[in-house]
Amino acid sequence: MIEVRRLVKRFGLKTVLRGLDFQVQPGEFVALLGPNGAGKTTFLRILACLSRPNLGEVSIAGCRLPGQAAAVRMRLGVVSHLPLLYGDLTAEENLRFFARMYGLRQPEKRIAEVLGLVGLAPRRRDLTRTFSRGMQQRLAIGRAVLHDPDLMLLDEPYTGLDQDACAMLDTLLGQVAARGRTLVMASHDLERAAGMASRLDVLSRGVITASARCDEMDPSQVQAFYRQATEAPRGA
Amino acid sequence: MGRETSSAPASFISAVRAVVWKDLAAELRSRELLSSMLVFALLVVLIFNFALELDPQARLTATPGILWATFVFAGTLGLNRSMAIEKDRGCLDGLLLAPVDRSAIYFGKAISNLAFMVIVETVVLPVYSLLYNVNLFQPGLLLVILLGSVGYAAVGTLLASMAVQTRTRDVLLPILLFPLLIPVLIAAVKASAGFLAGLPLADVAPWLNLLLAYDVIFIAISFMVFDYVVEE
Repeated sequence: MIEVRRLVKRFGLKTVLRGLDFQVQPGEFVALLGPNGAGKTTFLRILACLSRPNLGEVSIAGCRLPGQAAAVRMRLGVVSHLPLLYGDLTAEENLRFFARMYGLRQPEKRIAEVLGLVGLAPRRRDLTRTFSRGMQQRLAIGRAVLHDPDLMLLDEPYTGLDQDACAMLDTLLGQVAARGRTLVMASHDLERAAGMASRLDVLSRGVITASARCDEMDPSQVQAFYRQATEAPRGA
Repeated sequence: MGRETSSAPASFISAVRAVVWKDLAAELRSRELLSSMLVFALLVVLIFNFALELDPQARLTATPGILWATFVFAGTLGLNRSMAIEKDRGCLDGLLLAPVDRSAIYFGKAISNLAFMVIVETVVLPVYSLLYNVNLFQPGLLLVILLGSVGYAAVGTLLASMAVQTRTRDVLLPILLFPLLIPVLIAAVKASAGFLAGLPLADVAPWLNLLLAYDVIFIAISFMVFDYVVEE
C-alpha cells in the first residue's frame, strides 16, 4: 500500500528526514512512535501530499508522489490534532462541503450514515464552533471517512480528548481497521498504540530505527522496545 | 469487502462552486469579514471627507485616488481574514487534501474574495456619491472598478495564500501585495479619472487594456503556481 525509499526532507539547513525507508501492506495498522521532533508529522504530511520531499521515492497504492497526488488524495483520509473543519458551518454543512469536494454520488445518504457513525446525528444542525473538542474530533473522523478511503493517516488523533472521547475514537478506528482499511497513526501513547496497531515502527532522528509486529511482542516489552529504539547511538 | 460509497473526483467547476458556496455560507453566518471591511471602508471615506476640505472641482479630481485607496485597504483586511479562517483550524490542509485540481481552490477563494469586494464597493459607492456630491454610477467607471477588483482579487488571493503560511502574515501581505498592485492601481485611477472627466472612450482605452492584460496575466500566473505556493 505504501512504499517509501530513501526519503529526505529538509527545512532550510535542518534535515528532518534522513533517508527514511518505510513499507506498509494493505490492511495493516501501523503505529508510528517517536519522540517530539523526530519527524512523524513531517512524514505523514508527505504521505498526505501536503509537503514535497527533497529526495527519495514515495508511492501509495501504486501511484507515485508528487506526480499522481490527485489520485492518491482520492484514496486518503487524514485526521490530525486540528479538526480541519469550518467553525461557522454546521456539522452537516461541513460534511456536505467535503462531499462535494470528493465528488460523492449520493452525498446526503452518506452524510447521514457518517453522522450516525460518529454519534453526531442529533447535533447535525449545530455550528461546529459550539462543539466540544471530543465532538469536533469525532466530526473530523467523519470527514476523513466520508469518501471511504483505503488509507487513513492519523497524526496524534487523541490529543486533548477526554476518556470518553478516547474510547469512542478507539471504537471508530477499530471499526475502520476491521473493514480491512490501512491505517498509519503517529502517537506518543505506547500502550494505546500497542493495543490497537498490528505493527509498531519507531521513527527517531529522521529514520525508522525499529519495527516490530504487535502479535509477536509481549505488552510488557513495549516500553523497553521503544526506549532501545530511541536511545542515541554511542558517539552520536 | 465492498465500498460504502461511490465517488469520482469532483469536476473543476463543481470544486470551484463548492469553495465559493462554503465561503459565502460561512460569511453569511459570521459576518466577520464583511463587517470589518465595510466599517473600515466607510471610515476611510469619512476621514478623507473631513481631512480634505476640497472645492467641488478638487473633489472630482481626488475621487479616483480616494476610491481606490479605500478599496485596496479594505480589500487587504478581507484577504487576510479570508485566508486566516482557512489556516487557523487547519482548514487549508483539509482543502488541499481534496482530490481536486488545486487551482480550483484558488479560483474558488479568488471568486469569494471578489464577491466580498464587490459587496463593499456596492455600499461604498452610494455613500461616497452622497458625501462628495459626485455621480459615480457611470457604466465606464463601474467597468473599471470591476476590472480593477478582479486584478486585485487575483493577485491578492495568491499572495494571501503565501503570506498565511508565515507568522507575520498580517504585516507581510501588504508588503508583498502593494508593489505588485502598482500597475493595476495606476491603470484603475487613470481610467476612473478619465470616465469621471467625461473623456472619450478612445482616451481611456489604453488604461482599460492595461487592466485587462494585468487581470489575464495574474490569473494565468496564479493558475500555474498556486499548487507550489500552498505546498510545503
